[in-house]
Amino acid sequence: MASETETAAHGTAHGAADAAHGGAEAVGMPQLDFSTFPNQIFWLAVALVVLYLILSRLALPRIASVLAERSGTITGDLEKAEELKRKAVEAEETYQKALADARAEAQRVIAEAKAELQREIDEATAKADAEIAARAAESEKAIAEIRASALENVRAVAEEVAREVVALLGGKADPKAIAEAVSAKIGGTRA
Amino acid sequence: MEGDIVQMGAYIGAGLACTGMGGAALGVGNVVGNYLAGALRNPSAAGGQTATMFIGIAFSEALGIFSFLVALLLMFAV
Amino acid sequence: MAEQEGGLVFHPMDQFIVKPLFGGDELHWYTPSNVTLWLALTVLGVFLLLVAGTRRRAIVPSRTQSVAELAYCLVYKMVEDVTGKEGLRYFPYIMTLFMFIVFANFLGLLPMAFTTTSHIAVTAVLALLVFVGITALGFALHGMSFLRLFWVDAAPLPIRPILAVIEVISYFVRPVSHSIRLAGNMMAGHAVIKVFAAFAALAAISPVSILAITAIYALETLVAFIQAYVFTILTCVYLKDALHPHH
Repeated sequence: MASETETAAHGTAHGAADAAHGGAEAVGMPQLDFSTFPNQIFWLAVALVVLYLILSRLALPRIASVLAERSGTITGDLEKAEELKRKAVEAEETYQKALADARAEAQRVIAEAKAELQREIDEATAKADAEIAARAAESEKAIAEIRASALENVRAVAEEVAREVVALLGGKADPKAIAEAVSAKIGGTRA
Repeated sequence: MEGDIVQMGAYIGAGLACTGMGGAALGVGNVVGNYLAGALRNPSAAGGQTATMFIGIAFSEALGIFSFLVALLLMFAV
Repeated sequence: MAEQEGGLVFHPMDQFIVKPLFGGDELHWYTPSNVTLWLALTVLGVFLLLVAGTRRRAIVPSRTQSVAELAYCLVYKMVEDVTGKEGLRYFPYIMTLFMFIVFANFLGLLPMAFTTTSHIAVTAVLALLVFVGITALGFALHGMSFLRLFWVDAAPLPIRPILAVIEVISYFVRPVSHSIRLAGNMMAGHAVIKVFAAFAALAAISPVSILAITAIYALETLVAFIQAYVFTILTCVYLKDALHPHH
C-alpha cells in the first residue's frame, strides 16, 4: 500500500515536471494542444511560402534547363556520332575502292608484263627453232654429203679390193660385174 | 475511485482499438500480395501500376492509423 | 510498478511538445519555437539539395545534383502520369509539397529532432490547402458543372442520388484522411521508437529493444518517404478530379 502511494506520488511528480517542462501542455497529446496551433500554422505558412518561392524561382527552372540542356547535348552528341560513323563508313568505302582499283591495276600490269614476256619468249623460241631447223638441215646435208662421199670411197675401196682379190685368185676381173656385186652388197646400207 | 474506473475503461478501450491495426495490416498485405501476384504474371504491366498500389496501401493504411489515433486519444486525451 | 523496478519512464509523446526556442513559457503565434527551427531546417535542406546542389549546372551531374534531378523527375512524371499534360501547370505547387514533406519527415528521424509533420496542425494546413485549392480550381475551371463529379453517370438512375451522397461525404473526408494519415504515421513511428527506447533501460531486454529500435528506424525511414510519396500522389489524384470532373 505504501509503495502504491509512493508510485502515485512519483507519477504526480512526473506530471508536474512535465507540466513545468512543457509550459502549458497539461494534456497528454501535444498534437491536441490548441494553444500551439497559431504558432505552428504561422511558421508553416512562412516556410511554405519561402519554399514555394525558392522552388518556383530558383530550383525548378534551373533543373529544367539542366535537363533540357542535357537531353539536347545527348541528342547532339548522338547526331555527331552518327555523322562520324557515316564519315567512317564513307572513308572505308573509298579505301576499299582504292584498294580494288590498285589491285586491278596491278593485275593489269602483271598481265601485260606476262603477255610481253610470253611474246618475247615465243619470238625467241621461234627464232631458236628456225635456227635449230636451219642448222639441222645444214648438218643433215653435210652428213648426207659425208655419207655419200664415204659410200663412194667405200665403193671404190671395195671395188679395188675385189679386183685385187680376183687378180690374186688368178682371174680376170670384169670391172662391170665387180661394180655390180659391190653395189648389191653395199646397197642395203645405202638407203 | 471513479477516476480510476474511467482510466481503466480508457486503457481497455485503447487496447481494443489497437486490434484495428491488425485489420490494416491484413489490408495492406492483401493489396501488396495481389499486386505482386499480378506483377509476376505480367511483369511488363507492373511498372505502370506501382502508383496505384501505393494509393491502395495508403487508403487501407489510413484506417489502421485511425484506430491508432483512437487508442492515443483514449490514453492521453480522455 | 514498472517505474519502481527498472526505472521505466514512458514519455512517448514528450518529443512532440511545442516549446519556445529561446526559453520562456509564453507561446504567442509569432514566438520562434522548435517548430520554427525545424521548419527552417527543412527549407534549408531543400535549398541545399535543389539550389546549392545544382549550382554548377553540370551536364554530367554530381551526386547531389543527380538526387535533385531524381526528385524532380519523380514528381514531374507522377504529375504527368496521373493528371495528364494540363496538370503540369501546377507542378511547382506539388513539388513544393513533396519536397517539404520529404525533408520534414527525414529531418524528424534525426535523434532529438522535432517532427513538424507529426502535428495535426501542420498536416491539416497542408491538406486543407490542397482541398480548398482544388475545390476552388474545379469551380473556376468548370463552373457549376464541377458538381457533376458527384453525379455518377455510369450508375443506374435510381442509385445515383445515394451515390451522390456517398461521393459528397467521401469528398469532404478527403482532407481529414489526407492529413491524419501523414501525421498519424509520423506520430506512430516516433512514439513506438520512444516506447522501445524506454524499454532499453531494463538491462535484461535492452539488446532486444535496441534491435527493435534499429528495425523500426529502418521501417520509419521507408515510411517517411512513402508517406510523402502517397501525400503527393493523392494530391495529384484529387487534382485530376478537379481538371476532369466527369467520370
